[in-house]
Amino acid sequence: MTSPRIVEVRQAILSKNDLAAREQRQVFRDAGVCVVSLVSSPGAGKTALLGETLRRLTPRYRVAALVGDLATDHDAVRLRESGAPVRQITTGTVCHLDAEMVRRALADWDLGALEFLFIENVGNLVCPASYDLGEDLRVVLLSVTEGEDKPEKYPTIFATSDLVVVTKLDLAAAAGYDDALARRALEAVRPGLDVLRVSVRSGAGMTDWLDRLVSARARKRVASSPV
Amino acid sequence: MHELSIALSLIELATERAQQADGGRVEAVHVRIGALAGVEADALRFSFEVACRDTPLEGARLIIEETPIVVFCPRCQAERTLQAPRFECPACGGPTPTLVRGRELELTALEVQDDVPADR
Repeated sequence: MTSPRIVEVRQAILSKNDLAAREQRQVFRDAGVCVVSLVSSPGAGKTALLGETLRRLTPRYRVAALVGDLATDHDAVRLRESGAPVRQITTGTVCHLDAEMVRRALADWDLGALEFLFIENVGNLVCPASYDLGEDLRVVLLSVTEGEDKPEKYPTIFATSDLVVVTKLDLAAAAGYDDALARRALEAVRPGLDVLRVSVRSGAGMTDWLDRLVSARARKRVASSPV
Repeated sequence: MHELSIALSLIELATERAQQADGGRVEAVHVRIGALAGVEADALRFSFEVACRDTPLEGARLIIEETPIVVFCPRCQAERTLQAPRFECPACGGPTPTLVRGRELELTALEVQDDVPADR
């Protein structure tokens, strides 16, 4: 038997997802919709933040949401109370959303009628990091109750996100949350990463967060308008 | 754990590329994983072995090259290799926000045995 032949490949293992995400990004650009994905560990408050965000944005903007969940549609049901259209992606045993799932879920939606689309990923700080969804802004949530060193334990997700939102600020004192420690941990894995602090319950920081979304949309419109 | 999803994508890609190269049986699959790819080499090895069963890649070895995080230090004006995902320059201690390499998750090469036909 001869020795094996080497076939050079050099291709990303997730190139199918990368390609689907690129196509999706173009679809979003053509439709003029600003797409924001939310990732965090389970229970960090993605659904609470998203619900309040939808509630506050719906009077002024046309918004919708996609929600990934392993098994239930509880989050989608909760979010529909905001009045915004919400669709569930049930992933079964898959621990993350991918670009193809997003494409399928949006197939019959008129994206041109939307100004913001939110995508709530499955609660997981590991797997979603590898899958580009074509979003404009990837936002990672860090709740004050889960430990300031989370960024150092899950560096990939923090290093691939565009913005950190520290949630449940109303519980900071009770949880003994040390903001300086959290900032140091974030700075270690992604120097210069933008950090906001919010409490959905008290409303603290919500204005900053909404301003950030509106300016992300404005930036996108400038970037994608024909010259 | 998404290494099983990654392994399935890897097997699909490797099978396609082996067919395109008119190869026989795939004996080994070479991949490169950056330290910031978010993929555990051991979990991928385990998933690969399981997911290969009853595919043309069954029995192929998975050879993983793990590559470190490389950043650009603006103060030193040089690329620096990090030993851990802490983005500070090992030489000057300054912050190094620019990632040069470290997120690779790549099929680099296949070893194919042309004397042995592919299973299917």
